[in-house]
Amino acid sequence: MTSAAPEACTKKNLAGKPCVRSNKTRFALLSFILPGIADAAYNFNFPEPVTPIARETLHIHNEFMLIITILFVVVFAIMIYSMIKHRKSVGHRPANFTGPRSALQWLWVLIPFAILLFIDFILMGIPAVKAIVNMEDTKTRADMVLKVTGMQWKWQYEYPEAGIKFISTLATPRDQITNAEAKGEHYLLEVDNPVVLPVGKKVRILLTSTDVIHTWWVPQFGVKRDAVPGFLRETWVNIDKPGIYRGQCAELCGKDHGFMPVVVHAVPEPEYLAWLDQKKAEAKAAAGGADRTWSSDELLAAGKEVYEKQCVACHQASGQGLPPAFPALAGSKIVNTPLLDMNGKIVKDSHVDRVMNGKPGTAMQAFRNTLSDIELASVITYERNSFGNRRGDMIQPAQIKALR
Amino acid sequence: MSSVTTLPAEHHAEHYPNGMIRWLTTTNHKDIGTMYMTFSLIMFFIGGIMILAVRAELFQPGLQLMRPEFFNQLIGVHALVMIFAALMPAATGFANWMIPLMIGAPDMALPRLNNWGFWLLPPAAFLLTLPFTLALFGIGDGALATGWTFYAPLSVQGGMGVDFAILAVHILGISSIMGSINIIVTIFNMRAPGMTMMKLPLFAWGWLITAFLLIATLPVLAGAVTMLLTDRHFGTHFFDAAGGGDPILFQHLFWFFGHPEVYILLLPVWGLMPHVLSTFSRKPIYGYKAQVYSFIAIGLLSVVVWAHHFFTAGMPVPALIYFMFSTMAISLPLAVLFFCWIATMWKGAMSFETPMLFAVGFIVLFGIAGLTGLILADVAADAQYHHSYFVVAHFHYALFAGGIMGVMTGVYYWLPKWTGHMYNETLGKLHFWLTVVSFNLTFIPQFFLGLAGMPRRIPDYALQFAEFNAISTVGAFILGLSQLLFAWNVVYCVRGGRKAEARSWEGAEGLEWELASPPPHHSWDIQPQIK
Repeated sequence: MTSAAPEACTKKNLAGKPCVRSNKTRFALLSFILPGIADAAYNFNFPEPVTPIARETLHIHNEFMLIITILFVVVFAIMIYSMIKHRKSVGHRPANFTGPRSALQWLWVLIPFAILLFIDFILMGIPAVKAIVNMEDTKTRADMVLKVTGMQWKWQYEYPEAGIKFISTLATPRDQITNAEAKGEHYLLEVDNPVVLPVGKKVRILLTSTDVIHTWWVPQFGVKRDAVPGFLRETWVNIDKPGIYRGQCAELCGKDHGFMPVVVHAVPEPEYLAWLDQKKAEAKAAAGGADRTWSSDELLAAGKEVYEKQCVACHQASGQGLPPAFPALAGSKIVNTPLLDMNGKIVKDSHVDRVMNGKPGTAMQAFRNTLSDIELASVITYERNSFGNRRGDMIQPAQIKALR
Repeated sequence: MSSVTTLPAEHHAEHYPNGMIRWLTTTNHKDIGTMYMTFSLIMFFIGGIMILAVRAELFQPGLQLMRPEFFNQLIGVHALVMIFAALMPAATGFANWMIPLMIGAPDMALPRLNNWGFWLLPPAAFLLTLPFTLALFGIGDGALATGWTFYAPLSVQGGMGVDFAILAVHILGISSIMGSINIIVTIFNMRAPGMTMMKLPLFAWGWLITAFLLIATLPVLAGAVTMLLTDRHFGTHFFDAAGGGDPILFQHLFWFFGHPEVYILLLPVWGLMPHVLSTFSRKPIYGYKAQVYSFIAIGLLSVVVWAHHFFTAGMPVPALIYFMFSTMAISLPLAVLFFCWIATMWKGAMSFETPMLFAVGFIVLFGIAGLTGLILADVAADAQYHHSYFVVAHFHYALFAGGIMGVMTGVYYWLPKWTGHMYNETLGKLHFWLTVVSFNLTFIPQFFLGLAGMPRRIPDYALQFAEFNAISTVGAFILGLSQLLFAWNVVYCVRGGRKAEARSWEGAEGLEWELASPPPHHSWDIQPQIK
């Protein structure tokens, strides 16, 4: 990415570079009192908004915070005044009223509720309704569609108009997570294939999932929406500033819930179109490769790569899995079934069947729609000939293509 | 309510079996109340240890202590233990001990049901936590790992811990429903002559609404988890889109119970609060009727606002607007309660013994829960708060500061009555200050974490969240350790200490203070007359 936009202050700036922070003055007083905290570049509010919705949300949030802070201070100032003045130890004699008695007292009692009604349904309510209508308006003048599919524990992005799709997984090395090496700047918030979106375009985002409920969230977009298996949900963004924006899955989705980040590169439109062309060319090249015959070494090498991205979280690098939830592939009965039946068709509950169609009700998902022919053929071949499995056979991408 | 003609009660011999048999077979409301409170205290510490392990893991980025699977089990079971095995039994313990004393009844209406209701709890808690132990021996893969909300399809996918949790929830639910029936029957039928419903102590009123809410909503939870069970094992597809079901249906059913559950936990506390405030302000309760009507209003509203727990799941605009405004409407009756609490203190002659300190702490911190709840109701802003640490902080202000600190208010207030001894006041005050300071140290940083974008229920986090998490963990450990002072103080008070008078507090009003401290094993053999 060539974008030179200042990285928004979503993290502690390790390099000590200056970074743009909203609401700086708001906390000037606090920083004055607590200089140590100010130095650490703590975030006391939402990160810098870059979409109309996020800006509106931040505005609403700031306004509400102000309202509730005033309510809090006023109400408890009255209480604390009473606690100081009406003490037994200062000789205050208790009154014995149990409710409002005169018309004036009734007025005093009812005024706070009138104020609260006004705050709830007018002051807060009306802007909230406007914001909701705006937030849910996903279809009007949408320039493009991005389809997001959550799966344990990665995101698939699809550009239906351009006909490309790819999977985006965590790029942070395992060793950083287990503290075996120093953590990088974007620890846990970095992926292999970021999603790329043009700035200044209204992007309608459709969400779904292949297994459990996930939630797609980028704080700087002000957008958070569940990806529900079997249903489409939608939301929209219109990013007005180029940059790299990071978020995470926000709904508990199993063991690696904390390890499925969202990274969005927002770029000017020409750059986006160039990227799109490049992706299309890649996809075309990959599809062409499916028709030729692959050697077993090629398949094993490609399969290892796929395995380390798609399978390793559950089945582990050693192929030993994490039983009982995530079975071992080493010595697995299923892996050691014959590839296909005598007519070249899938046998139920065979290795190919399991990889392509998954096992409902478990974390083993159907990879038929998420992996390409080459990826499926290579990873199946790799699993049959690794971790002590010695089937010695292989399946060609062309065979997978025929099975679809 | 203080104008009572006390009749000298003829105390027949206090005969009961000794040792374990006494506790297993008892039908005495005081014994059962004591068992509820003891069980609650033990489970409070068990749930606390779980979350301290979680906070220890979150002290620094990276995985240090546990695998993510185990982390997920701890957070869910922590919540279930704290809600179902610590807070709810504590409230039921209060009800058992105090409602008969307060309304002048000799015991609960259905004493055997009462005994059974309690003795269902330990097996349920055992079932809930058993998978942890089984996993140590290589059986299964541990406890429920879906969070306490059981969201399908994650829970359909989960291991046998989910089945154990479903069974435990069923048993806990049966226990709660029996307890609720007992409380309703007792309040409706066994009030002292002359005690009309509008003279009923507010604590009993709060519990009455809680009991109705439990009976109304627990069966829905039971139904939801049963559907989950059949989805898991018997091939149904209630929550599976591939079979014509809908995962979001589970959320609707769960939160139809889950939202009223918040008020189930809090209404008994709101009920006892005015008694404590009035006692230590030496002034009658302000706005008795207003508080009763507010309890009823909150009870009614609580069953029509559930979907605000999953605004991000996607729903039609009119539904979003309806659930937002109905949720905001709860702020009105709640504001009535706050008004009455403060007005009860206003122009009193206050003194600040431990129960009063906890009551004031409760009002202020629960105020934060209420105010942040008000802004969480706003759908647009909620998109940012939802599933983040902001929500975690919010509901801990509601359930720790509102629930647990409310329970502690009650315990300190009624301990002299139950044990006949005064607790150690210095220790009590120390416990209060440590709790309040460390509680805020734990949860204020979590508000900021949520705003900065940290999702909840993650075992590891990006570097920008490190400092606040470290502060929060330090706070959590101080908070946890401070509670040992509480346990020590309670044990000390049970075993000895300065003698408590019948009217243990100078300003205390109500029937319960007419009886000796501790009250005789059988009290109100002859019902008092209320004029």
